Amino acid sequence: MDNKKEINPDYSGVTKLDVEGEVVSSLDSDINREVTKEDSSSSIDCHLSEAEAPTHSEENVATEDNQGERRGFIKFLCIVIGGIVSAVPFGAGIWAYINPLTREKGVDGDGFLKITSLDAIPDDGTPAKFSVIADKEDAWNKFKNISVGAIYLRKEAGKVKALHTVCPHLGCFIDYRSSKSDFFCPCHNSNFKLDGSIVSGVSPRPMDPLKIEIRNKVEVWVKFQNFQPGHDHPIPLS
Amino acid sequence: MKALINWIDHRTGFRSLTKEVLLENIPGGSRWRYVWGSTLTFALFVQFITGIFLWMGYSASSGDAWESVNYIQNEMTGGWLLRGIHHWMAQAMPILLLLHLMQVLVDGAYKAPREVNFWFGVILLKLVLALSLTGYLLPWDQKGYWATKVATNLANLVPFIGPEIQKLVVGGTEYGHHTLTRFFALHAGVLPALIVLLVIGHIYLFRRHGITPAEPIKKKDAFFWPDQVFKDAVACLAVMATVLFFVIWYHGAHLSSPADPSEPFSAARPDWYFLYLFQFLKLPAFAGDKEVWGAIYIPSIFVGFICLMPFIGKWKVGHFFNVGVMFAFLGGAGALTYLAKHEDISGPNSSNYLKAILDDERDAKRAIELARHVGIESTALNLLKTDPKTQGPKLFAQHCASCHRYDGHDGLAHSLPDANSLNELKQRTSTQNRFTSSNSVHPEWLARFKDSGSTNDWKAVESILTANKEGVFEVIAGTKLKEAPSAPDLKGFASRQWIMDLLTPEIYISNRFFGGTIHKDGDMYRRFLNRKVTKYDNEEKEMLKLVAFALSAEAKLPLQAEIDKADAEKIQQGVDHLIDDISCINCHAFQEPDPDVEGPDLTGYGSRQWIIDFVKNPEHEKFYPESNDRMPSFGTKKILTEKEIGLIADWIRDDYFKSSKSSATN
Ligand code: HEM
Ligand code: FES
Repeated sequence: MDNKKEINPDYSGVTKLDVEGEVVSSLDSDINREVTKEDSSSSIDCHLSEAEAPTHSEENVATEDNQGERRGFIKFLCIVIGGIVSAVPFGAGIWAYINPLTREKGVDGDGFLKITSLDAIPDDGTPAKFSVIADKEDAWNKFKNISVGAIYLRKEAGKVKALHTVCPHLGCFIDYRSSKSDFFCPCHNSNFKLDGSIVSGVSPRPMDPLKIEIRNKVEVWVKFQNFQPGHDHPIPLS
Repeated sequence: MKALINWIDHRTGFRSLTKEVLLENIPGGSRWRYVWGSTLTFALFVQFITGIFLWMGYSASSGDAWESVNYIQNEMTGGWLLRGIHHWMAQAMPILLLLHLMQVLVDGAYKAPREVNFWFGVILLKLVLALSLTGYLLPWDQKGYWATKVATNLANLVPFIGPEIQKLVVGGTEYGHHTLTRFFALHAGVLPALIVLLVIGHIYLFRRHGITPAEPIKKKDAFFWPDQVFKDAVACLAVMATVLFFVIWYHGAHLSSPADPSEPFSAARPDWYFLYLFQFLKLPAFAGDKEVWGAIYIPSIFVGFICLMPFIGKWKVGHFFNVGVMFAFLGGAGALTYLAKHEDISGPNSSNYLKAILDDERDAKRAIELARHVGIESTALNLLKTDPKTQGPKLFAQHCASCHRYDGHDGLAHSLPDANSLNELKQRTSTQNRFTSSNSVHPEWLARFKDSGSTNDWKAVESILTANKEGVFEVIAGTKLKEAPSAPDLKGFASRQWIMDLLTPEIYISNRFFGGTIHKDGDMYRRFLNRKVTKYDNEEKEMLKLVAFALSAEAKLPLQAEIDKADAEKIQQGVDHLIDDISCINCHAFQEPDPDVEGPDLTGYGSRQWIIDFVKNPEHEKFYPESNDRMPSFGTKKILTEKEIGLIADWIRDDYFKSSKSSATN
C-alpha cells in the first residue's frame, strides 16, 4: 500500500489522504479540472472516442499512439459483447412475452353451445338475456361450465334470433331498455333496434348476430363467438 | 446525428458525464481481478429484466403460484429460458459476491477511507441473499415451501419479539396467500428498490475514492475505458455463457411438486449457499434452547465483525487477521456444505432422502402432466389429491401394505433402470455415484434377478452385492418391509395372468397369494386346487384358462378392454365352464346371489365396485362372512372413506388418466 506513492506520484495526494482517512476532495477537483480542460479544447463536437485524448496531454495515463488501432478494435469488441450479453435477458423476456401471439386456441366440436330451451324465450318478441356456459381455458386454469359471456335471444315471427351483448363499438355491455323497447349501449350512447340495427350513435355496425340452431325440437344452440370491435362488419376474434 | 447529439448534450451535459464515467483512472492499468463488481452489476441487471418479465406471468397466490410458474416453465414459449436465466443467475450471484468480497479484502480495498462503501457492500450482500430467500418460496413448490418454512421459523428465535416478527413475515401463523403476497412484494419491490439505491451509492463512493490497485503495480495507469471495460465485458460474457449452459442443460429450472402442508418433504433443503448455515444448526452445541446462538447470535456477531474489518485492517497485522478469518470462514462453510451434502447422500437417513427426491419428482411430473392434459380447475394440488395414480399407492402403503404387497413392495417404490451386471450395480451404489448421478442406487434399496421366475422376491442391494452372484438385476427405490407378506400381492389384480396364477396350486399357497393366510388350508386349495386341478389333463387345463379369461372379463379392466372385446367368444365359453364344467358355482355365487355358498361372489369380480365393496367390508356375506382372515372392514369401521377406497381401487385397476406421451415435460 505504502509504496503507491513512489509508483504513481500524481496520485500521491490520494494516497496521503487515504492514509489520513480524510475526505478526498482534491481528487474530485482533479477530475473536474481534467474534464473541463477536455471540454474547452474540443468544444462541443467531441466524441466518446476522444476518451483517448488525455493520453496526449496527461503523462500519468500512458498509452502509446501506435496502439490506437488495437484500442479501436477493443472498443468495438466492448460494444459487441456488451450488446450481446444485455440482449439475452431481453430476448428471453420478449420471447415469453409474445407468447399470446403464438398460443393456439383449441376449438372443440362445431362451436355451438346449448343455451336454453325454446320455452324460456318470451313469445311476445321481447329479448331475454342468457348466460353462455362453456368450458374456458384461462392461462393455467381450465374451468368447466362457467359463464363466458351473454347473449340476447328473441322470438321474431316464430323464429329465434340471437344477438351478442357486446357492443361493436368498443365492447361495452349493451342494455335492453324495456321502457323504450330497444337496445342501448351506455358507454357512448349507441342505440339499436330490437333486430340489432343501428338507430343512432357511434357504433360502426349493427349488433352482432350469432348463428343459431334448434336441436331436438326445443334446444337452442348458439355458435358463440366474440368479434373485433370497430369494424363495419363482424370479424371473429381468434 | 452529430447535431442531435450536440443538442442533447447542450441540454443534459451527458458527454461530460459519460466521460467522467469512462475516464476513471486505474492506477497500474486494467486487471482481471477488478471485474467482479461489474459482473455483479450485470447479474443484477439480468435479474431485474428477467424478473420483470417473469412478473408478467407470475401470480402470487397459494392457489396460483405453482400453477403460474408451471405455465411459464412448461407451456409458454421461451418461458423455460426466461425462468431458467433468472434461476441460474440467482445461483451465480453468491459466487460472484464471494469473489468480489474476497478481492476487496485481499487487495485491502476495504480500508479507510472506504469503510462506508465496504458497509454498503455488506448490506448489498445481505439484500441479495434476502432476494434469493424470498424468491425460493415464490414457485410454491414442495422444495421452496418446506425450506422457507425452516427459515421463517428461525425468526421465532429472535429474542423478545420473535413470534411477532414471524407473524409479520408470514402474514399470519400459517403459510398462505399473504405469505406469498408479502414475499413477492419484498422480492420484486422493496428489496430491488433498496438494492438500486445502495448500488448507486456503492458505485458513487467507489468512484469518489477510486479503485484500490492491487499490489504490486507493474504496468502503467490506464483509463477505465476501454481496457478495463473490455475485461469486464468478457467476464460478463463468461458469466452469461455459464448461466446459459445450465439453463439449457436443465431446460429451465427445476420445479418440484405443488406445496402440500399435509405431505412432508424430507428432502427439502435451502439453496446450496445456505446449506452451511443449515448444517451449522445441526451441531449438537445448538441443541434445544441454545439454537438461538447458532441461528442468530453467532451469525450476527460474525456480520458485526465483518463490518469492523476496516478498523481492524488499519494495522498490517489486522489486515492479515481479517483475510485469515475470511479464509477460515470460507473453509469452514465449505466443509459444512460438504458435510451437509454428504450426510444427505450417505448418512443414516440417506435412503429416505434420496427416495423423497424421487417421490417428489414423480409427483411433480404427474402434476405437470395432469395440468397439461386434464386441466387445473381448482389447483394443481387438488389434481394430485384426486389422482388415483398418485394417491392410490400412498393409501395402499399406509393401510394395505402391512399385509399385502404390490409387485413385492409397498406400492411406493420406484423402478430404476436395470443393472446389467453385478459390477454396474456396485458402481451405481457408490457414494460418489450418489453425489453425481441421477440413476444411483442406495444400498438399502431392493433388487432381484431379472427373469428369475419368482416375481415378488426383492432383496436388499447390499445383500446382493455381498452374495456376489453375477446377473442382470431389476432395481427399485424402496426398502424391505419389516414383515413378510401375509396377503396376496395385488399388482395386476383380476388380470388374466393374475387369475391364472391364482388358479395354479403351487402359486396359490405361495406367499404371493394365500401362503400367509388361513386360506391356504381352505376349501379352495384342499378341495379344488389340490384335489382336482393338480390332476387336470390338457383339455381341462384349457377350460380352466378360459374360466380365467371369463372371470377376468368381469373386472372390466381398462388395460384389457381390447382383448376382452376380441375374445368375447372365448369368454362366453369360459362363463359356461365356470358354471358347468369346472363348477366354481358350487362354492361361489355367480351372476345371481347365492346365500348358501362360502366363497366370495364372483359377479363383477375385480370391478371397481366389487373392490370398493370388498374393502369396505370383507366380512359382508357376499365375500367372507365366516372365513375373513384379519382384513379390517375399512368402510364400516370408517378407516377409509369411500372416495379413498375408490382411489386405491382405480390405482390397482390401472384406471386413471394416462397421456398418450409417457413423458410429461418437454
Ligand atoms: C438480485 C436480484 C434477484 C435475485 C437474486 C432473485 C432470485 C430469485 C430466485 C432464487 C427465484 C426462484 C426461482 C426458481 O427457482 O423458481 C426468483 C423468482 C422470481 N423472481 Fe427473482 N430475484 C432477483 C430479482 C428479481 C426482480 C428484480 C424481480 C421483479 C421485479 C424478480 C421477480 C421474480 C419472480 C416473478 C419470480 C417467480 C418466478 C419463478 O420462481 O420462476 N426477481 N427470484
Ligand atoms: S362501447 Fe358501446 S357505444 Fe361505445
